[in-house]
Amino acid sequence: MDLNQIEQVLQKYEYRHADIISIMQDVQGLENYIPEEAIRYISEKMELNLARVYDIATFYKTFSLMPRGRHTIKVCCGTACHLGGSDRNLDQIKRSLQIEEGETTTDRQFSLETVNCLGTCALAPVVMVEEDYYDEVKPGRIEKILLNYHSDGEG
Amino acid sequence: MKRINSTADLKIVRDAVLRQRDSFTKNIQICNTGCRARKSLKVSTALNQEIKVRGLADQVAVKETGCHGFCELGPILVIEPENIFYCHVKAEDIPEIISETILGGRVVDRLLWQDPQSGEAITCERDLPFYREQQKHVSGNCGKIDPTDIEDYIANNGYTALCEVLTTMSSKKVVDTVIASGLRGRGGGGFPAGIKWRLCASAPGDVKYIIANGDEGDPGAFMDRSLMEGDPHSIIEGMIIGAFAIGASQGFLYVREEYPIAIEHLAIAIRQAEEYGLLGDNILGSDFCLSLKINKGAGAFVCGEETALMVSIEGKSGTPRSRPPYPAFEGLWGKPSVLNNVESLANITQIFRNGAAWYGDIGTQGSKGTKIFSLVGKVKNTGMVEVEMGTTLRKIIFDIGGGIRNGRSFKAVQTGGPSGGCIPISKIDMPVDYDSLREAGAIMGSGGMIVMDETSCMVDVARYFLNFLLFESCGKCVPCREGLQQMHTVMTNICEGRGEEGDMELLSELAGIMTTASLCALGGTAGNPVLSTIRYFQNEYKAHIFDKKCAAGVCKNLFAYEIDENLCSGCTLCAVKCPEGAVSGEKKKPHTIDAETCVKCGICFSLCKFDAIRVV
Repeated sequence: MDLNQIEQVLQKYEYRHADIISIMQDVQGLENYIPEEAIRYISEKMELNLARVYDIATFYKTFSLMPRGRHTIKVCCGTACHLGGSDRNLDQIKRSLQIEEGETTTDRQFSLETVNCLGTCALAPVVMVEEDYYDEVKPGRIEKILLNYHSDGEG
Repeated sequence: MKRINSTADLKIVRDAVLRQRDSFTKNIQICNTGCRARKSLKVSTALNQEIKVRGLADQVAVKETGCHGFCELGPILVIEPENIFYCHVKAEDIPEIISETILGGRVVDRLLWQDPQSGEAITCERDLPFYREQQKHVSGNCGKIDPTDIEDYIANNGYTALCEVLTTMSSKKVVDTVIASGLRGRGGGGFPAGIKWRLCASAPGDVKYIIANGDEGDPGAFMDRSLMEGDPHSIIEGMIIGAFAIGASQGFLYVREEYPIAIEHLAIAIRQAEEYGLLGDNILGSDFCLSLKINKGAGAFVCGEETALMVSIEGKSGTPRSRPPYPAFEGLWGKPSVLNNVESLANITQIFRNGAAWYGDIGTQGSKGTKIFSLVGKVKNTGMVEVEMGTTLRKIIFDIGGGIRNGRSFKAVQTGGPSGGCIPISKIDMPVDYDSLREAGAIMGSGGMIVMDETSCMVDVARYFLNFLLFESCGKCVPCREGLQQMHTVMTNICEGRGEEGDMELLSELAGIMTTASLCALGGTAGNPVLSTIRYFQNEYKAHIFDKKCAAGVCKNLFAYEIDENLCSGCTLCAVKCPEGAVSGEKKKPHTIDAETCVKCGICFSLCKFDAIRVV
C-alpha cells in the first residue's frame, strides 16, 4: 500500500482525532480494505494508541482487514429481503462459489458479504454485485447473475 | 450569486425562479434516487438526449427528482401539468413518450398502471389508490422537486419557515411552538421533541450541539433514506430552526454509509444553503450562525442510539452509556446536545411553515401530524407512504397497499424493526399511533411496516431479529450480550427441531430480565419481537416445539417439499434446475423429489408454473 496516499488522507483531515472514522473510511477506499501497515501508520502519525485504531477497525462493520475480491457481492438480509427468501439466495451463492460469508474465492474474483439493509426494501429480495442491483432475486437466478461477472472481461 | 438577507430577498429569488419557469409548457419528473436500483439513470439520460435532439429544451423541463413512493413500479416518470403517471419506464420508451404524450397530447396506455382487480388503466398519479389515501406533507416535495437545486426548494416555499422564525420569533417562542404542536420524535422512542429542546435550551453552557440522526438502521425501513435523498433542504431547514431554538452554532448530520445518494444530496444542500446565506455566518442577515457537518456511519446498528451516536461522532467505537446525565445536559463532547431524527426535523419545517395549529389538527390526541412508513413485504403495492396518525392498519395495508400478493392471506404486520413486534389480523382495524401500537405489543419505531402472509414463519421472524441484534449488540452490558446469546440459542433450537417444553416460558423470562437490566434500548427492547409473536402466534411455536412442523415452509428441518402428482405436468423444469439432482421423473409424467438429497433451496418451488410443489 502506498503510504503517501494515506498521508494525503491524514492531511485532508488535518490529523483530527475526531475524524478518525472518516479517515479510515477514506483509507479503505484506496484498496477496498485496510492492511495492518495502514493501521500502524495511522496510529503512529496521528499519535493515537494502536489499540484505539484497531478497536475502530474491528467495531465498525464497514472495515475489512482482509483483502477483498474483484467483485463484492452484497446479499441484503433486511427484514423484507429475509421474508422474500434472502437466506436461500445466500445459500445458493455459497454453494455456487464454495465460500462462506466474509470470504473471498481463491481466484480473488468474488467476496461474499451480507448487509443489514440496503434501503431498497420495495424491490426485495435484493442482491448487489459491485454497484449493480438485482431485485426480486430467486435462487434459480443466482447462476445467471454471477455469470455476468465470471469472465475476465468487462464484468 | 445572491445572498439572501431578508424575507423580501427570499421572495425575490422565489419570484425569479417561478418567472423563469413560465416558458415551460411541460414538466417531466423522473425519480433518480430510489429508482436508480431499476436503472433510472439510463432513462433520464435518454430523456435529456431526446429533448435536446428534438429541440424541445425551451418548452419541456426535465426534473430529476427523489422518490415518488411507489418504488415497486420504478422507474417512475410523471408528466405535469396533466399529472400523467408512467411506470416501469425504459430508455427505449422515451421516443414514444416524447412524440405521443409531449408532442401529440396522447397517453401511452401500455405505460400506465393497471388496477389488478378491475383491469382499468389509471392515467393520473393522484388517482392511483396508492396515493389517493395518503397525506403527503413531510414527504410532499419528494418526487416533485430536484433535490440538488436549492432554487427548486425555494420555489416551493422553502426556507419561508426559517425566515419566519428568525425575523419574528424568540428562541423561547420557537420551543413553545414545538411543544404546542405535540410533535413526538419520529426515530422510535416518540419522546416529545419540544420538551427535549426546552431541556437543552435551559441547560447551562455556551457551546451546544444539534445532531440529525440519519443512521436509519432498522432493516426493512427506508423512509429516512427517501427523505434525505428527495428533500434534503427540508431537514436542514428544520435543523437550523432547532439550532436557533437551543442556541447551537454547530450541527452534525450522522448518515449511514450505505446511503451514498443521501450523503451526496445533503452535502450539496449544505453547500448551496451556505452560498445563499442560509447557513454559515449571519444567517439571513441576523446574528445567528450555524455550520453543519456530515458524519458517515460505518455500519454499526447501535450507533442509532443517541449516546452511542454521539460517541461515534467523537471518533470512538460507538457504545452507549447510561443515562442520566441526559444528552440535553451532557451530550457530544460533554456539552448540551439535542439529537433529532431526520423525519422529526422535516416535521419541524412543516410546523413553522404552516403553523402549530394546522399541525395540531392532523393526527390523534396523543400522536400529532403524519407518519411516513415503508410499506414492504408480502403486500401488493410496496413503497414509501405517508398517512395521518391514527389511520388504521387496514387502510394502509389493504387500501393503499392493495392487499396481499398472489392471492394469499394476511398473517401479520411487523412494525418498529428489531425493537418492535408483530400485529395479527385481529388488530387490523387498530389506529396506527404511538400509544395503540405500544398497547398491541409493538412500537412505532422509525416506520418500517413489513407485511407477512402464510408463507412467513413467525417463529423464524422472531429468530431473525434476535440474530440481527446478537450480531449488532455492542457487548458492553451483560444482560444484552449474554441474554441475546441465550435467547438466540433457544430460538435456534426451536427452529431446528430441538425445541422443548418450557422454552416459551424461558424466552419470556430472559426477555423480561433484558428489559429491566440492559444499558440501552437495543437490549431493553430486544425481547419484543419474541414476546409479541408468543403472544399472538403461540400455536406456531407449539407446532415447532411439539409437532416439529413449520407450516410456512421456512424452517428447513421442519418441512419437506413434495410434488402433487395431480398438478405436475411433467414439464421437467424442476428436474433440470435442481442443483442437487434431487428431482426425477419422465417427461410429461409426474415427478418426485428425493427427500434425502433435497437441500430445500426452494428453486423448484419458486419455478413451478403449476403450483405442483407443496410444503409438507
